[in-house]
Amino acid sequence: MPKKSVSNTHLTGRTVYIVDGSRTPFLKARSKPGPFSASDLAVACGRDLLLRQPFSPTDIDEVIVGCMIPASTEANIARVISLRLGCGKLVPAFTVQRNCASGLQSLDNAAQLIASGRHHIVLAGGVDAMSHSPILYSDEMVNWLGDLQSARKISQKIALFTRFKPRYLKPVISLMNGLTDCIVGLSMGQTAENIAYQFNISRLQMDEFAVRSHQRLADAQDNHFLSEIVPLYDNKGNVYEADDGLRRDTTIEKLIKLKPFFDKKYGSVTAGNSSQVSDGAAWLILASSEAVKHYQLPVLGKIVDVQWAGVDPSVMGFGPIHASTPILLRHNLSLNDIDYWEINEAFAGQVLGCLAAWQNTDYCRQNLGLDHALGTIDQSRLNIDGGAIAMGHPIGASGTRCVLHLLNVLKRQQARLGIATLCIGGGQGGAMLIENISEVQE
Amino acid sequence: MSVQQAYQNWRVATDNDQIVWLWLDKYDATTNTLNKSVLEELRAIIELLTSSTTIRGLIIGSAKSNGFIAGADIEQFSQLSSAEEATALIRKGQEIFDLLANFPLPTVAMIEGFCLGGGLELTLACRYRVAEDGKKTRLGLPEIQLGIHPGWGGTVRLPRLIGALQAMDLILTGRTVNAKAAKAMGIVDDAVAKRHLQRAARQFILDTPKPHHATFLQQLTNTRLLRYLIAMLLRKKVAQKARPDHYPAPYAVIDNWVRDGAKGTEAFINEANSIGKLILTDTSRNLVRVFFLQELLKSLGKNINFEPQHIHVVGAGVMGGDIAAWCCLRGMKVTLQDREPKFIAPAIKRAADLFKKILKNPRLIEEAMDRLIPDLAGDGIANADIIIEAISENVVAKQNLFKDVETKCKADAILATNTSSIPLSNISAVLRRPERLVGIHFFNPVAKMLLVEIAQDANTNQSFVNKAIAFVRKIDRLPLPVKSTPGFLVNRVLMPYLIEAMMLLNENHSAEDIDQAALLFGMPMGPIELADTVGIDICLSVAEHLPQPVPSHLLEKIRNMVNAGQLGRKTNQGFYKYKKGKIIKKQLANNHEIDPVIGQRLILRMINEAMACKREKVVANGDLLDAGMIFGTGFAPFRGGPMHYTRVEGYQKIVQQLQKLQQQFGERFTPDEGWMVHEE
Repeated sequence: MPKKSVSNTHLTGRTVYIVDGSRTPFLKARSKPGPFSASDLAVACGRDLLLRQPFSPTDIDEVIVGCMIPASTEANIARVISLRLGCGKLVPAFTVQRNCASGLQSLDNAAQLIASGRHHIVLAGGVDAMSHSPILYSDEMVNWLGDLQSARKISQKIALFTRFKPRYLKPVISLMNGLTDCIVGLSMGQTAENIAYQFNISRLQMDEFAVRSHQRLADAQDNHFLSEIVPLYDNKGNVYEADDGLRRDTTIEKLIKLKPFFDKKYGSVTAGNSSQVSDGAAWLILASSEAVKHYQLPVLGKIVDVQWAGVDPSVMGFGPIHASTPILLRHNLSLNDIDYWEINEAFAGQVLGCLAAWQNTDYCRQNLGLDHALGTIDQSRLNIDGGAIAMGHPIGASGTRCVLHLLNVLKRQQARLGIATLCIGGGQGGAMLIENISEVQE
Repeated sequence: MSVQQAYQNWRVATDNDQIVWLWLDKYDATTNTLNKSVLEELRAIIELLTSSTTIRGLIIGSAKSNGFIAGADIEQFSQLSSAEEATALIRKGQEIFDLLANFPLPTVAMIEGFCLGGGLELTLACRYRVAEDGKKTRLGLPEIQLGIHPGWGGTVRLPRLIGALQAMDLILTGRTVNAKAAKAMGIVDDAVAKRHLQRAARQFILDTPKPHHATFLQQLTNTRLLRYLIAMLLRKKVAQKARPDHYPAPYAVIDNWVRDGAKGTEAFINEANSIGKLILTDTSRNLVRVFFLQELLKSLGKNINFEPQHIHVVGAGVMGGDIAAWCCLRGMKVTLQDREPKFIAPAIKRAADLFKKILKNPRLIEEAMDRLIPDLAGDGIANADIIIEAISENVVAKQNLFKDVETKCKADAILATNTSSIPLSNISAVLRRPERLVGIHFFNPVAKMLLVEIAQDANTNQSFVNKAIAFVRKIDRLPLPVKSTPGFLVNRVLMPYLIEAMMLLNENHSAEDIDQAALLFGMPMGPIELADTVGIDICLSVAEHLPQPVPSHLLEKIRNMVNAGQLGRKTNQGFYKYKKGKIIKKQLANNHEIDPVIGQRLILRMINEAMACKREKVVANGDLLDAGMIFGTGFAPFRGGPMHYTRVEGYQKIVQQLQKLQQQFGERFTPDEGWMVHEE
């Protein structure tokens, strides 16, 4: 099989329109579980979105949700959410996982289902309530409990108690496990350290990038550029209207004082220049041209192309390069032809590493099969309203958020093309090319 | 053996296990109730089965889909003319239940849906009871609400089965419980899913386990010494809610139980004698009247085909938020609009608290919360079946709101205002289709107040009024159609009563005396405490909007209280002081005499205004007026409503009293002309 794609897009078939979308504010995980479960977040956001649609929730063909950490009570969380949203018993729903890009995977699935002609309207998005990540018993403890359960005689039980060791009680923080690559044995932060090392990204560059992310998000809040956010209400009478991880008072001086978090002694990746652990949900509604015409839906844009790529897990942060470059090549576009970029800010060093790699002839030659460096992304066109370092990275939701916000940026700037791309733990990248249009093109 | 004989009300079948299944299917009725014919047939069937040698047991169920048995047929009460006749009728029922209780083979009552009053007493005469653990299953003895008490052995068998504490609680409050609670109390032997109900009933016959018995501690509650002690507590508790001169039935229940200790034939005979006396009291007759008035209001939306699914509420204040929450609780999707999230947040909290209290089950709470959708943009208007406005009482604001709503809503959506004082025509004047505007006036607190006034004027199209009525029934409230005049019925009639109370206060009568006078008449709460509870600020705004002139010095006084932040119960300071939400009242001495003129002044102003409403046809007739006053203000239910009360007292007497007060206190007591014209 030839490796090269025959088509000029990986999304062949009918045009896929984006007709609406919204997200919750991203709520920073503090030391305790946040006020909302994952399905709570998705429902609060989705019901508001569905309320303003001219079609009924029961007219949706499929609900697809990207989610990495559903609660044990949220098996196939997409179905739980779909039912809670009032889509009815007859609408099917499934959950997808591709780590940090699960919310982009759900859009890809939705887009394929529409492009192929199977569906007309799909509600797709992503959610995670990372603050609710379970704390687990260790394997030793579970084995001990299992023995206890099957012990029949009192004497056996007593024997078991004498064998019990206090260390059995040491909890397993599942979130920390999830953020560690089990193949190469590195935490996500350490993979960012690898990238920074490879391209000589300094601590100061990372911290400057982080400060700018906060400043850009603050400006976006002040200028009301985040109209896609739906307020959340808890049962105690509190309202959550904005991303609460934003620190308006952050400065280089403050960030530079933080200790490295992952490589404790000599590292440069800190909590301050990494994305935040957060709770949040985001949705898009994708539709076929028939559905757009039938319900007279507004058109926000269309999905032009999608690409997934595998990379070395120990430098998973290079994912965006490997996912975006093939899209650019397929469409004969240069980096500068893309009006606006959303590169998910998993780590400041990782985003800067991607930019550096594109500028590096050797890297482009060896890894992208090019004969020259791809070029430079103008940073005034990259994450212009801040990113995950300032607002947080609820892993399931970020992919959808990047696309949703990119659409809003394209509208606001009256620009045409945008790429939303994410690095993916485990060594992958995902990218989606979207185009700002306002009516059906066929 | 087979019982092939056809009965009018019962279906009888014998299965392969030789168990007889007895299905009650009351002739010519949608709901099973117990009347003479049903019971006589039951007697015949039991007598026939008693002689059988082949059957293994008897299971009693309902062939109706809506429930088991709703109780005794209340209609038959009204035909009784003497206590002896009543007692004799009750005894007959008791004998039939005794036959069932003494049936030599195992008997099981299989309960699905409601199982109330005589229905529950019938099951208590069975050896076993199994109930469906479903939403609709409710068990209870609500007779007390009709001014009587259970008469077919309920006051004897229930305390014996589950002990006096829980039994008395059920009998004295008339409250109902679900299947799980009934199982926990020991009223039913098992609570199972519908899919297991018949199997469970059969199993009891086949296995014949030991019947349920009260625990040792529960049995102790029926011993002589403890009976006296418990009775003292019970009487004290009942006295907080009902005076013996107004409501004798609960006291009779306690007395009977203390005397007979829930055992022996005497106990049954005394129960029958006691109820025979109660059934003919004015209290009971009037409470039965109240029951029928409630049925009257319930029947209003019956034939209207309207299934609202989505309600949009504008204004998330106390009223709007609580209306939204209540509609959600009753299964509707509700969008709640206000200008900013901070105005909506408190309503969400109150809704969550209400759902927690009523639904308890976390999944049901979540489901209800999911249906309550904050809607800053007003997106819900486009799809809503009803749009209810509950913003501040400002005509221009309401006009602008409805003008906007009119452009966005569905063609057949009802536009409803919750105004309590602004005439509909003032609002509808700016609308392209004024015929859609209906007043749907809830009372505070929405979750407790059963009545909802449905206001219309000459512009309103009847079909929208009918739909509004149907909606109110769907959310399990009682609709009262009223003409759109200021204050509609309830507030208009209450206002003179409250103003008179303030005037009395100004004349240096104590708040305690004034409230006590109202309680003596049978109002559930005195007017001063009522004003504090409603909120002084709310009272002020109602007083300012009503057409009856409020004496300026009173208005000034109320305004001063509001300015000083003395808003009543919610600020711990109104006319009374409050400590942790509890009212601080002077205890009145037992021999404390209250000037009868206080009560007269309060009640007569209210009744005079009620007559004015009747004359002006604010409501269609006297019965509806009575219903509105009882369910809207708590007007002494045992008096049957203001119009019924004045009929019993005689118009002449009322007019004379008014005239006397008029001479003494001025024109506000001038008898309404309705007393002359409408002499009945």
